[in-house]
Amino acid sequence: MTTATMPSTTLPADWRDFFALTKPRVMRSVVLTGLCGMLAAPVHLPFALGFTAILCIALAAGAAGALNQWYESDIDALMKRTAKRPLPAGKMDRETALHFGVGLGVFSVLLMGLAIGLLAAVLLAVSILFYVLIYTVGLKRLTPQNIVIGGAAGAFPPLIGWVAATGSLSTLPLLMFAIIFLWTPPHSWALALLIRDDYAKGGVPMLPVVASAATTRWQMLFYAVLMAAAAVSPWALGLAGIPYGAVATIGSAVFLALTLWVVVARAGTPAEMKAERFLFVYSIGYILMIFISLAVDRLIA
Amino acid sequence: MTPDPHSDLVRKRQRSRATALALLLGAFVVLVFAISIAKIQAGMPH
Repeated sequence: MTTATMPSTTLPADWRDFFALTKPRVMRSVVLTGLCGMLAAPVHLPFALGFTAILCIALAAGAAGALNQWYESDIDALMKRTAKRPLPAGKMDRETALHFGVGLGVFSVLLMGLAIGLLAAVLLAVSILFYVLIYTVGLKRLTPQNIVIGGAAGAFPPLIGWVAATGSLSTLPLLMFAIIFLWTPPHSWALALLIRDDYAKGGVPMLPVVASAATTRWQMLFYAVLMAAAAVSPWALGLAGIPYGAVATIGSAVFLALTLWVVVARAGTPAEMKAERFLFVYSIGYILMIFISLAVDRLIA
Repeated sequence: MTPDPHSDLVRKRQRSRATALALLLGAFVVLVFAISIAKIQAGMPH
């Protein structure tokens, strides 16, 4: 990892820089899916404990984001999308980011263990370590399948939310895990196709950088089909009702149609990639819609 | 003697960080209290 491109910092970092280090936008979706996992569970925690569990999930996501930015500050500096982050922008030194990330991670796991339970704390620790060690350090710079395997890190929150409420695992939280895991490749590759040059500049071997756009698009369709099957399965297995089944079926059909559009449109330049842009935006709404409808369906059942 | 604008900025940053940390510590105390009450209530026979 090179540090030659990193600007030096003399001022103490502002609290807003620490906040930016936690990737607040990612944290928002992590909180929502974690909350939906908890609400979908058959057992309901007292408000203070439920709030603490979600807080721990959010803090752990923030810690993982901070450690990710600490490790990737060299490639972040090379990419337009990430160049304004606190470390490449020289607003904070790397050591501070490392201490903040480790401290936040340890705090979130300890709090989860003491307030909620051991299994939830272990899963929380595994999710942080998976994102930082397996995805960020191990896979991201090594293989174009980085986000396929790394997608598991983002799939942990609903599982942890469920375990926080029940203290055990069952089929439905594992299906929720599978939905996010299989959703990650088409979602991430839609963005990667749009900013392929940025990833190439940063030396990140995303699939569109090392393989053709056509290969990427077919693989997106492959994972979208598996994702749709996983999304519909809670209803098909009788673990969710008709309201969720309807949302999952229609929502997944639209997702598949948009992915098919990406495959057949075969746009050459990012400016022409209307289908990819549409799919990327839709995929964010889709995953939120799936989880909210699952939680609501289970609450009203 | 003119004040050093750099050290002024450093002090301003330190103050804002100290304020944020104080607020977080206060929130943590409230959270621990709420967790304790919830655990006590959950452990009480109905």
